[in-house]
Amino acid sequence: MTSFDTPAALPLAQRGTQLLRTALGPFVALVLVVGVFAVADNLQEDGGHFATLKNAQNVFVHSATVAVAALGMTMIIISGGIDLSAGTTMALCAIVLAWFLREGYPPSVAVTAGLGTGCLAGFVNGTLISLLRVVPFIVTLGTMTIYLGLGKMISHSTMVRPLPAQIPAWMHELLSPRVQQEWMVFPPGVWLLLALAVTVSAMLRYTVFGRHVFAIGSNESTARLCGIHVPFTRIAVYTIAGFFVGVAGLYQFARLTIGDPTSGTGKELPVIAAVVIGGGSLSGGRGSIVGTLTGALIMQVISSGCTSLKQPNHIQEIIVGVIIVAAVTIDQIRQRRLAP
Amino acid sequence: METALLRMSDVSKSFGATHALSCVSLEARGGEVLALIGENGAGKSTLMKILSGAIAPDSGQMELAGARYAPKGPHDARMAGVAMIYQELNLAPDLSVAENVMLGQELRRFGLVRRSAGHTRVRQALELLGRTDLSLDLPVRQLSVADQQVVEIARALVIEAKLIVFDEPTSSLTQHDVDNLFRVIGKLKASGLAIIYISHFLEEIRRIADRYTVLRDGSVAGSGMLAGASEGDIVALMVGRKVDDLFPSVPHTPGKVVLSLQSLAGRTTPKDVSFELRRGEILGIAGLVGAGRTELLRCVFALDPVRNGTVRVMGITPGGTPRARILAGLGLVSEDRKGEGLAQRESIADNITYSRLAPYSTLGWLNLRQRRAVVGDWMRSLNVKARSVEQNVEQLSGGNQQKVALARVLHQDAEVLLLDEPTRGIDVGTKSEIYRLMAVLAAEGKAIIFVSSYFTELLSVCDRVGVMARGRLREIRPAGAWSSASILTSALGVETST
Repeated sequence: MTSFDTPAALPLAQRGTQLLRTALGPFVALVLVVGVFAVADNLQEDGGHFATLKNAQNVFVHSATVAVAALGMTMIIISGGIDLSAGTTMALCAIVLAWFLREGYPPSVAVTAGLGTGCLAGFVNGTLISLLRVVPFIVTLGTMTIYLGLGKMISHSTMVRPLPAQIPAWMHELLSPRVQQEWMVFPPGVWLLLALAVTVSAMLRYTVFGRHVFAIGSNESTARLCGIHVPFTRIAVYTIAGFFVGVAGLYQFARLTIGDPTSGTGKELPVIAAVVIGGGSLSGGRGSIVGTLTGALIMQVISSGCTSLKQPNHIQEIIVGVIIVAAVTIDQIRQRRLAP
Repeated sequence: METALLRMSDVSKSFGATHALSCVSLEARGGEVLALIGENGAGKSTLMKILSGAIAPDSGQMELAGARYAPKGPHDARMAGVAMIYQELNLAPDLSVAENVMLGQELRRFGLVRRSAGHTRVRQALELLGRTDLSLDLPVRQLSVADQQVVEIARALVIEAKLIVFDEPTSSLTQHDVDNLFRVIGKLKASGLAIIYISHFLEEIRRIADRYTVLRDGSVAGSGMLAGASEGDIVALMVGRKVDDLFPSVPHTPGKVVLSLQSLAGRTTPKDVSFELRRGEILGIAGLVGAGRTELLRCVFALDPVRNGTVRVMGITPGGTPRARILAGLGLVSEDRKGEGLAQRESIADNITYSRLAPYSTLGWLNLRQRRAVVGDWMRSLNVKARSVEQNVEQLSGGNQQKVALARVLHQDAEVLLLDEPTRGIDVGTKSEIYRLMAVLAAEGKAIIFVSSYFTELLSVCDRVGVMARGRLREIRPAGAWSSASILTSALGVETST
């Protein structure tokens, strides 16, 4: 149905504020959550531990694994897809990495194999979705179990535990909350995450490939009409996302120092939640890296804040759930107001 | 009948600083069809929403059958006897015809639906509409759009509506279905209902309506009996200036052959289509919906699989992907702006450049500033009204969206433009601009295939017109050798002879 024009009602939507507009909501939420916990923590008797640099380091370190996988998930969700296999793929990558270390291969080989496993898993997802023309939800629901099974096959359903001497020092430090050099503030893994985030963000906005990802997610038919190679783009998106899941596997291994086939089960959900809290739309075409990182941080801040306030686990889970629903609801209300 | 069934007096409504309606008065009488005419943004939608109870007016009165009418919501309005038939139908696709008609007004006893009593009511309604052939138990999904519309109308009859408002009901119908719809509206009229018919197809209005009211910029620009008004008068009221020529003529002459089809066949349609198209030529393709016109364009553009035959562009046979066809110089404007033509949530800049990002790309990285400048130029030259090149397409009016879709094929530098219903659902002013644009492009040496269900525009704009029926191209003649009637005969003719 046609509608009346109300140009006067939309003074905000200038080009420069575009980025702010998409990432502003999650950012305000993050500030709010941090503020509430900081105040609450200072009010309690033995408080004052929440709003500290040390805790900030902890929050970043603990959210890094989810955040790095969420970079790829953001691309997938923008392209109109979903990856339910991200969790088990992450564990599979960690297992492959651990296996190569345990068998005495040099760390560079082990890391390459781990990341390669992620890429391959993503490539398989993308190819199946494109060739079989089955919706991503179903394909990755299947591969989720397949990758879990593969992990168990390699690890003989137990943990792959390299000797401490087989794990290089840098891997220990990658996500260690105790930073070696004080000037670095964060461990290398967090800096790597930020560097990757900047790269992906720039790629989405400033490359032909990035534009094609948005086009496919927004309207696949339009993309085809415009001569965009949809299957190729989709496979590339899933493969790149697989790479980030591989990095997440590396992060997980760096923290656990073992490869555990079941350690990834259910991990895809916080990854998807980070994207959604950050403004990503499951119907495709919308999402931003800044938003996703903010989303991952929000979840970790809640978890850390609840620990400071000595609240049990289930309280954090309830709060995170409320935030997810609230984030999406608020976002939709805003969208409705902007649409004619 | 002399007394008005619905009387609106001095109805006004503002949204912020925008006066959507100011002091609008109109009357709808029983046994009469009132045409409500106006360009997009003239206030028709707001008026509809007030009538249907979706929004309340700021000031002014409404009377229905002598009583004050101030609906508190859509349900209230329906109970008062005002039914709306929207452009997009509101049916539950998996429920049956009868269930849809009775939806929300089921006859109940002890909380159980009285199915057979309901069926009797539905049958009575369909009988009045002359459509007893519709099976009551068929899921609505399996009906054509036209039959679904009949179900909606039957729904209005079951609530004993006094006034039925049709909002552009023909925009997705074929000529044949339009005729059936008009027959139904005629029956409603004869049974004493008042009808408000919203449209910007003047031809249709002339066929169906008794009186007209023209809205422009939220006010009534004029009203009267249709019998005494010329098409020019009404268009002048709509656009607020004299439109001497809805179809601007720009001389163009056909040159060399750029596109030639040799017995092209798709999976089911088209069948065995051959023709040649020259530079500077506009070839119209007429036919009923389902005749295979859209599929023909899609096969030429390699969006649909080709079973047989060849497509040659400037003497060469391009590869079988849309990408290859774009590079060969073809450009397609889809009939379905929302579903296919445009990525609605993306910006104007993105939508115009999706098919050709190469000029702004160095090793895959885009020069967004340069792109913004070029897109800005295209928007100015096609007179696209928007705040900025970064505005989302979904916020634009239909006419401006269509200009963005056209800008894309021009930006990709297509030599052969395949335009599928490019003027559907857009206002008269923009239509005229598009006709002029097509003529100018032809004069510049582009070749255009123009698919349309609106015969008048084909006859006025095209050099040659071909008629399709059942997937076959019946015949191509110079536009001067056709009339609306002969096109229709040709489009229908095959259906009876095969």
